[in-house]
Parts: sequence; structure tokens; C-alpha cells
Amino acid sequence: MGFPDRIERTVQLAHPPAAVWAALTTAEGLGSWFGDEATIDLRPGGLARMRWAGGPTVEMRVERVEEPTVFGFTWPIYGLPEEDPRRTYVEFTLEPAGEGTRLTVVETGFAQLPEDAYRKAYDGNAQGWAKELAELAGYLDAA
Amino acid sequence: MEAVAEQVFIALADPTRRAILAALASGGPATATDLARRLPISRQAIAKHVALLAGAGLLSPEPGERRRVRYRLRSAPMRVAQQFLAALARDWDGPLGALRDHLDRGARRRSATSPDPTRGHHG
Repeated sequence: MGFPDRIERTVQLAHPPAAVWAALTTAEGLGSWFGDEATIDLRPGGLARMRWAGGPTVEMRVERVEEPTVFGFTWPIYGLPEEDPRRTYVEFTLEPAGEGTRLTVVETGFAQLPEDAYRKAYDGNAQGWAKELAELAGYLDAA
Repeated sequence: MEAVAEQVFIALADPTRRAILAALASGGPATATDLARRLPISRQAIAKHVALLAGAGLLSPEPGERRRVRYRLRSAPMRVAQQFLAALARDWDGPLGALRDHLDRGARRRSATSPDPTRGHHG
């Protein structure tokens, strides 16, 4: 049994991609079907904020904006403390399907390790040293 | 990582261990004696469970007053378990159903108000 890292859903919607795109990427759209109130600065790195009446406010960071096919953002992992740097990545993909749209949502990153960054840095360092030592050896051999 | 989550769920499956963890979460670090005073559990049972929890890395022992060992809750394993729960609790089916309803409502509104080209607003 694996730690669930990826969640994926595909739905068929009887509306053209432009209408679905507007529902996903405008404050009016997000505030209607997703949260109760939303703001969004629609550009990579832009901030979106969603509020639920009597519930939490969630801050999202817009990551990908490729109208009208890909919209991606990151947001905090539900239940982890606010200062925790781990976030999941949510990506909506819109494909025309007949008169409507096939919408896929993929959320990944639930199983990321907090130590991941450190391990990568360490491995990168170790490889860097191996390369430098090989170069040193080559230099010495040539000399 | 899954092993860490498993340790947390094993710990939480037992009511005595849940009570110990809850007491440490609400009241802060405590010795086995403190816990025995606060909980309706024998000192021996507490000692046994505390040792198990410390072995699993969910509590960390630290020196307390009068050479007694105090136990402090370690939150890191709990956060790993919480990531697991967050994945199980993530509900995309509900919002996607709401998105479908939102789009259908919008389409109905547009066809009801046509030929008026202005989009309906909420209210």
C-alpha cells in the first residue's frame, strides 16, 4: 500500500473550454462553485485567495496559465501548520470534446518528504565533488 | 515515510496511548508520574505505553526536575501522518460536481436572457 501522492479526476462538461476556463480562472467563477469568495491575479506567480463562509481562507499561488488549456496552482496541504513549506500542485487540463470539454484535475505532492530538499542538495554536492575529484585526477595524470 | 505514518496510526489505535498523546498535546511535557496523576490509568500501564511511544519516535524524553524524565510530544511524525490523511480527505468529486452545476446554471441563465447579450450576475 503506497502513500497516496496523486489524485486524478476527469469529467465531461457540456460547455466549451472558454466557459470552463472562465469558471476556473476568474474571481467570479471560483467564488461561485469552489469557494464562497475569491480573488485572483491570473499570471504565473500571481496570488489567488479563496474564502469559505464560516471556514478557512486559502492562499494559492498561480503557477501555469495557458489559456484555454492549462491552469496550475499550488496551495498548502490541508491540516499542516501554516508555516509548513510543503504544498501540493493542482493542474487543470481542458481539452475540447465535441461541443463540450474534457476536464482533468491532477493534484500531486501529498507524499513529498520534508527532507527531500536536503537530500537533493546533499546528493548534488556529492556528485559535484566526484566530478571535481575526477577532473583533479585527470589534471594530475596529464601533468 | 509510510512507516512513519504507520507508527502514528498504530499509536492512535490504542485508547490509552491516545489519552497520553492528548494529555501531552494539551498540557505540554510531563513525566510518567504527572500523567498517572492526570489520567485514570495505572503508573505501570503509562510507563509501558510511554516507552513504546518513545521507541516509535512520537515522544522525546528530556531531563526534568528531580532527575525525572519528562516526555515531550514530537510533532514531525504527526505531520507525516497528516499528509496521508490530507490525501484521503481531499474531495475533488464535490467541487467538480459544483463546477458542473455552476456551468449549467450559467448556460440556462444565458439562454433565458437571450437575446440580451449581457451576462447575468448573481443575486
